[in-house]
Amino acid sequence: MTDEPKDFALSCPIPITEYPTIVMGHGGGGTLTRSLIEKIFVPTFGNPLLSELHDGAVFQTPGAKLAFTTDSYVVRPIFFPGGDIGSLAVNGTVNDLAMCGARPLYLSAGFILEEGLAMDDLWRIVQSMKKTADKAGVTIATGDTKVVDRGKGDQIFINTSGVGVIESPRPIAPSYVRPGDVVLLNGDVGRHGMAIMARREGLEFETAIESDCAPLAGCVLTMIRAGLEVHCLRDLTRGGLASAVVEIAGSAGVQIDLDDASIPVIEPVRAACEFLGLDPLYVANEGRFIAFVAAKDADRALHILETHSLGAGPERIGVVSEGRAGMVTLRTRIGTQSIIDMLSGEQLPRIC
Amino acid sequence: MKFIDEYRDAASARALAAEIARITTREWTIMEVCGGQTHAIVRFGIDELLPKKVTLVHGPGCPVCVTPAELIDKAIAIASEPDVIFCSFGDMIRVPGSKENLFSVKARGGDVRVVYSPLDALKIAVSNPLRQVVFFAVGFETTAPANAMAVYQARRANVKNFSLLVSHVLVPPAIEAILSAPHNRVQGFLAAGHVCTVMGYEEYRPLAKKYRVPIVVTGFEPLDILQGVHMCVAQLEEGRAEVENAYTRAVRREGNEKARELIADVFRVVRRKWRGIGEIPESGLALRGEYEAFDAERRFGVAGNTVEEPSECISGLILQGVKKPRECPAFGVRCTPDRPLGATMVSSEGACAAYYRYRRFSTEPQEK
Repeated sequence: MTDEPKDFALSCPIPITEYPTIVMGHGGGGTLTRSLIEKIFVPTFGNPLLSELHDGAVFQTPGAKLAFTTDSYVVRPIFFPGGDIGSLAVNGTVNDLAMCGARPLYLSAGFILEEGLAMDDLWRIVQSMKKTADKAGVTIATGDTKVVDRGKGDQIFINTSGVGVIESPRPIAPSYVRPGDVVLLNGDVGRHGMAIMARREGLEFETAIESDCAPLAGCVLTMIRAGLEVHCLRDLTRGGLASAVVEIAGSAGVQIDLDDASIPVIEPVRAACEFLGLDPLYVANEGRFIAFVAAKDADRALHILETHSLGAGPERIGVVSEGRAGMVTLRTRIGTQSIIDMLSGEQLPRIC
Repeated sequence: MKFIDEYRDAASARALAAEIARITTREWTIMEVCGGQTHAIVRFGIDELLPKKVTLVHGPGCPVCVTPAELIDKAIAIASEPDVIFCSFGDMIRVPGSKENLFSVKARGGDVRVVYSPLDALKIAVSNPLRQVVFFAVGFETTAPANAMAVYQARRANVKNFSLLVSHVLVPPAIEAILSAPHNRVQGFLAAGHVCTVMGYEEYRPLAKKYRVPIVVTGFEPLDILQGVHMCVAQLEEGRAEVENAYTRAVRREGNEKARELIADVFRVVRRKWRGIGEIPESGLALRGEYEAFDAERRFGVAGNTVEEPSECISGLILQGVKKPRECPAFGVRCTPDRPLGATMVSSEGACAAYYRYRRFSTEPQEK
């Protein structure tokens, strides 16, 4: 759902008379830095680990096997329909842990703030991170703040690292994908990328497209705890569904055959993609993943995806075969076969 | 999606393909002129549905592909000037000039922006009066009306910091160049539906008559293309050489008269250089009369710059339908979308890029 400003009824606690925007001093390690930490970060994320205000968080892990990941978030605009850079920074890292078959435990949050960022915007982003972290069941345990000169950043960059404890009894990775595995997708693709592009380029469509930004750990853990034979998981961020499938086909040394008609794309996304000459299969998502599941467990897995998808329409989109290592085919809507490949860079809108 | 799904229906496509196979008795080579059609053909595997006797070859209708390297170099020179905001459609930014592309200029600090309409570039000019705003006016007759409108409005509103780097090309002279070449093997054409939406299709009649080739105005969805092929094969089999319209839901005989008037008012027909093909007389557009003041080549003094095209690239032969991408020794080896030697590997409409993306590992061992 959209985190509109109304969700943040609490206004920013740093009085406007202090500083309405970030100034260099907020990164100086002095009283201004302290006021940011004490008035924004600690009250929001408040937990025993963070409130210690030590150089790092010290914690015990309930299991022996851990997953550890990091990601940086530089999205522009920082607020977009369906989310903001804060919710993205939490969900993105939570989802990377989930794709390892891990239950996310702790996140770190590193903020690089550009001089001049509105204090109120920072407040909204931090609130959004807290809300998203609560939803994902993860604790923000440690953090850091730096301020850069105006023009040396783009309002705000966030890095989050995450630690999770592996719950899957069997390894989850591309090398465990087997011929015969079924490829499941948890919902329609292309929303996040088109929501960002519409906002960034000032494109107006009749129906606003909202990002699909969402935490995926709950859904993944339900599949694992149900004892399903899950061989590989991958979230469909940059490069979209197509790039993720091509990457896995390559590293697993298998052929993957997809069926275009089974891949859901909502009407506004399809229309926007047609209009701009983009292929929705290559557009980024922030709440979608594919699961490679043993054929015997595919129906049960699909059922779990359905209960977690909030109506996004999960589908069985393809199968793994021995075929030719690294090849991904797509059965087109007119019934022919075409090949899916990675793009060189970002998709660029066509001339005509 | 309305007006899309109906034209991607598998059963109808198979039925139409079967009908084409039924009427085909001889070998025919048909060229789809437009890069958008090439993209759809390769993306949907439409050529796989056709009988082996019908060969589709890909034409020069990709604006990104036929814009000469020297024009890209001019764009780079202008975009590198301080105080210039250089606006372009997205896919022009990755096209290599003789040494580099516009992305490199952006990386060096140049203000290069992707816009979706020349009118957006004009808005940027109005809100940045102290900077020169240049729009890269590339394309066929399809994009000409909007580019003409931008200059028309700029002149009326006396916007002095706006100009166009014009690289407009026209379809009929390109078809004529292909037909009059000694090695031509194209026997029928699918004309570009969008171009005809603007221009109508009267101007193709003399070509059909002079060279005795059927020309069928064709759309961009799988069923549109199959219908165009069907009408073209039917003419070839019956020995007819006429201009027909298979895209009646968008194209009228006279085209869009208002758009044509605006093009005629703002532009004049000139000789243009086509990347990989060379100069073709009366094959492009340039600003005319009082609009010449909005010509970026004059304003920035880059009109005389010329460069040689990279030698290994055979995009010229590909754009004329003489060779297919996989017949190029550099294809997929020294020339890839990451490091393109020529523009046909850059644009998603370019034949080489489409083949690289969808056909690099063919499901069949050999090209049929």
